[in-house]
Amino acid sequence: MDYSQFGSMIPELIVFGIFLVVFLFDTFSGEKGKKILTPFATILFLLGTIAIWIIPASGVEIFGGMYVNNTATNAIKAILNVGVFIVLLQSAEWVQSDEVAVRKGEFYELLLVTLFGMYLMVSARHFLLFIIGLESASLPLAAMVAFNKKHYESHEAAIKYIMTAVFSSAILLTGLSFVYAFSGGSLYFSDIAMNIGNAPTSGLLIAALAFVIGGIGFKLSLVPFHLWTADVYEGAPTAITSYLSVVSKGAAAFAFFVIFVQCFGTVYSNAWEWMMYGVIILTITVGNLFAIRQKNMKRFMAFSSISQAGYIMLGAMAADGLGLASMMFYIFVYVVSNLGAFAVISTIEDHTGKLSMDDYNGLHKTNPWLSFAMTLAMFSLAGIPPFAGFFSKILIFTSVTGSGSWALYMLVLIALINTIISLYYYLLVVKAMWISPEEPQIQKFESGKCQRVGLTLCIAGIVFFGLVPYIYQYCYDAVLNSQDLINAIYVFLF
Amino acid sequence: MFENILIWFVVIPVIMMAGLGLCRNSSMNAIRAVMVVCSTVLLGLSIWLCCDFLKLRAEGVDDEMLFTGSWMWYEPLNIHLAVGVDGISVLMLMLSSVIVFAGTFASWKISPLPKNFFLWFALLSTGVFGFFISIDIFTMFMFYEVALIPMYLLIGVWGTGRKEYSAMKLTLMLMGGSAFLMLGLLGIYWHSVGPDGQHTWNILEIANYASIAPQWQYMLFCFTFVGFGVLGAMFPFHTWSPDGHACAPTAVSMLHAGVLMKLGGYGCFRIAIYLLPQAANELAWIFIILTGISIVYGAFSACVQTDLKYINAYSSVSHCGMVLFAILMLNTTAMTGAILQMLSHGLMTALFFALIGMIYGRTHTRDIRQMGGLMKIMPYLGVCYMIAGFASLGLPGLSGFVAEMTIFFGSFQDADLFHRIFVIAATCSIVITAVYILRVVGKLLLGPVQDEHHLALTDATWFERLSTVTLIVCIAGIGCFPNWINEAIQYSFGPIIDAIHLAAL
Repeated sequence: MDYSQFGSMIPELIVFGIFLVVFLFDTFSGEKGKKILTPFATILFLLGTIAIWIIPASGVEIFGGMYVNNTATNAIKAILNVGVFIVLLQSAEWVQSDEVAVRKGEFYELLLVTLFGMYLMVSARHFLLFIIGLESASLPLAAMVAFNKKHYESHEAAIKYIMTAVFSSAILLTGLSFVYAFSGGSLYFSDIAMNIGNAPTSGLLIAALAFVIGGIGFKLSLVPFHLWTADVYEGAPTAITSYLSVVSKGAAAFAFFVIFVQCFGTVYSNAWEWMMYGVIILTITVGNLFAIRQKNMKRFMAFSSISQAGYIMLGAMAADGLGLASMMFYIFVYVVSNLGAFAVISTIEDHTGKLSMDDYNGLHKTNPWLSFAMTLAMFSLAGIPPFAGFFSKILIFTSVTGSGSWALYMLVLIALINTIISLYYYLLVVKAMWISPEEPQIQKFESGKCQRVGLTLCIAGIVFFGLVPYIYQYCYDAVLNSQDLINAIYVFLF
Repeated sequence: MFENILIWFVVIPVIMMAGLGLCRNSSMNAIRAVMVVCSTVLLGLSIWLCCDFLKLRAEGVDDEMLFTGSWMWYEPLNIHLAVGVDGISVLMLMLSSVIVFAGTFASWKISPLPKNFFLWFALLSTGVFGFFISIDIFTMFMFYEVALIPMYLLIGVWGTGRKEYSAMKLTLMLMGGSAFLMLGLLGIYWHSVGPDGQHTWNILEIANYASIAPQWQYMLFCFTFVGFGVLGAMFPFHTWSPDGHACAPTAVSMLHAGVLMKLGGYGCFRIAIYLLPQAANELAWIFIILTGISIVYGAFSACVQTDLKYINAYSSVSHCGMVLFAILMLNTTAMTGAILQMLSHGLMTALFFALIGMIYGRTHTRDIRQMGGLMKIMPYLGVCYMIAGFASLGLPGLSGFVAEMTIFFGSFQDADLFHRIFVIAATCSIVITAVYILRVVGKLLLGPVQDEHHLALTDATWFERLSTVTLIVCIAGIGCFPNWINEAIQYSFGPIIDAIHLAAL
């Protein structure tokens, strides 16, 4: 085996390196060293993120084509890294709290391991590597969900998470064993694509794809595989919830696109197009309808993120370069908007322990900046211009309607009508903060420095990256320069 | 980019927001100074633009759009920030700047949170100005939505009455309209090919190079017309309007009824009819029925209301219905009338809402049964109210007369029975308008004083006078000298009418 191949896995090596350094530092440092662990890890991670943005992709396939490092995977990794960096800033205060402080090293280590797993998911071009990535992204997350050791809900959430994770992995593996029947004895994406060819619609094919959608749909919390979401989001510590809701979803969405376009692109209209119509419509609508009734902010965000996942999956329906670019841009915008909302939620929870939407009544009187930031985040999630959420939604709608089929127009119409429903419940939060006449429940407080920096980054992203098309252009160029993806899309379209 | 005068219509409101951001919430004078300076500059800019425009037209420049500019924005989807104006947009920009100017003075003593109020107000005006300067349908749509969302907070926080309900209803209905609109625009984009072989969002390129297949035109026309029609308060999508206007604070009612509802008419005209002429020919009858109902229904509803704001909101439904009605007649005269009506209604409703706000600020009621004889107590406001009322019912010399005359002249040109019936029905609304206007004027201004406490009330202050005088001057100006407006818009209808005739062949 040629070990120099490992040298091409630059983003993975960076994250793995950070993991090792943080692990060793945490193990061997004394009391003093433990104190600076948080800034140490955060700064190290920032440097790693910058490195991934800057270092160009090697564009090679290694391990016989199992792993690929191209511009598109690099771009999505950079976007995920931005999300993780903001999560680290947000959690800086929480990890210093008495209950968690002794174990904060574990928090960073587990976080980095899951991120490493997500990197593998994104870069995998063979289902074996994909499963390895998926598992190493899921299992440590269960430990993170249970991080609040003394809280009953945290344990419940972790058990729920791990049971569904294992169950969905089993479903995915079943689906893959069906796929194996079509693929002529190979689990390489390219071999599967070649052998599955223009397979006629058969029960086995439908079953195989349904199982695969189910398995990955669990990670994305697509309806009907979403039932764990609200409980886990509610039970997990807020920093973990925000990590779960954006980063792990972003990675899974990208992987979903690659798998369905690269492996199963040729049976798009035979097998999975209609399944995905159903799943997307259900995801968006059910997520929205349940979100209306939520009073707990974390449950509220859980259902909102379910419906957002439906919008992200619209990019997969476009199934071309434009669709992937729009999807990546959507993920980026979703990262900053959702983390902006979570930053406010976790700041308020850290300082006052309040989590109910009613507690937000009259927030602008005591904490005008927090309520301003929350308003922007809600507007961005609802897709209101001039904030970034508007652009990401419209660009994804535009790319979906590109193929010109009536069915896709109708799908977009349903999605558009759903944006109105989502606007309603996002405005409920705005209404609580600005309009409700009740006396404020939350006293004035000073939020931590790191949290402020994190929130500022989110707000800057929300305000600027819609009006400035830099990120979208970056994603688009990245997709166009990824030869293997473009070839796969080309094969599928013609 | 900044050498183009039109960009400044968006830049100045942004500067306004930045300036407000620097003020403290408590320093009312600084906030007022920023607002007054910026809105005066906007007013000056629009007058300057108008003079420039008329000069170029007088020199014989007969391009469809002047002051055009286009800058690439989202390259993969060929989205540009494209600007350009014809006579109609110039007039709309003038209308908007006049109302922003008057609205600033009308909300001189806004409380609480004056800074936040003006921030959202400035964002709203950014959207309005941006909409009228855009000739790229993507940016047009973006600015359209920018103008909608501040309404929620403006009504919700600073409104009166059932403000939470009204704000939510208004926002959701308008955004629902824009969802349909978005789908229509996406269809137009993907079915149009510009001169360079790429899909295009640019209105001029779509109109001149692309011909969208008829079966798609029908669907897209319905989506876009309904989308804009919701904002134009077309029956049966008008129900947000009375509640929204009744609960909104003064300046917001002014801007919303005065300008925002015109976005609907302008959009129907510029996008639905211009870009989809064949469907416009075939399907206009559906919307003529709906707008015809709006006109008569709005007028009748206004007759039975007792809340001053509800009366004017229903009267707006009727008048804005007339705008869409005239546009759908698809001939030059009626369309000229529609533009005049947009201006006239914008100014007159703004004046109405400003006056209602002032009266409500003094009497703390808007119920006409509890007021009377205000002419004796506050003669200035009373006279202004009468002028606004006369403009509304179409007294010669004021703007309403010119607009409605032109509309009915133009509409009567279609000689078939269907059009005749609806035009005659619509014409009857003039009489009904006279009924409800005179009823209000009689109850409110004349007759005995209903409430002893009202005797102690004062007349208008200087900023209120400034706000109303600006609007009255404009109303009388249009009424007495409608010719220059005709000159400004004379080249604007040619391409649209040509497109319609071409499609009819």
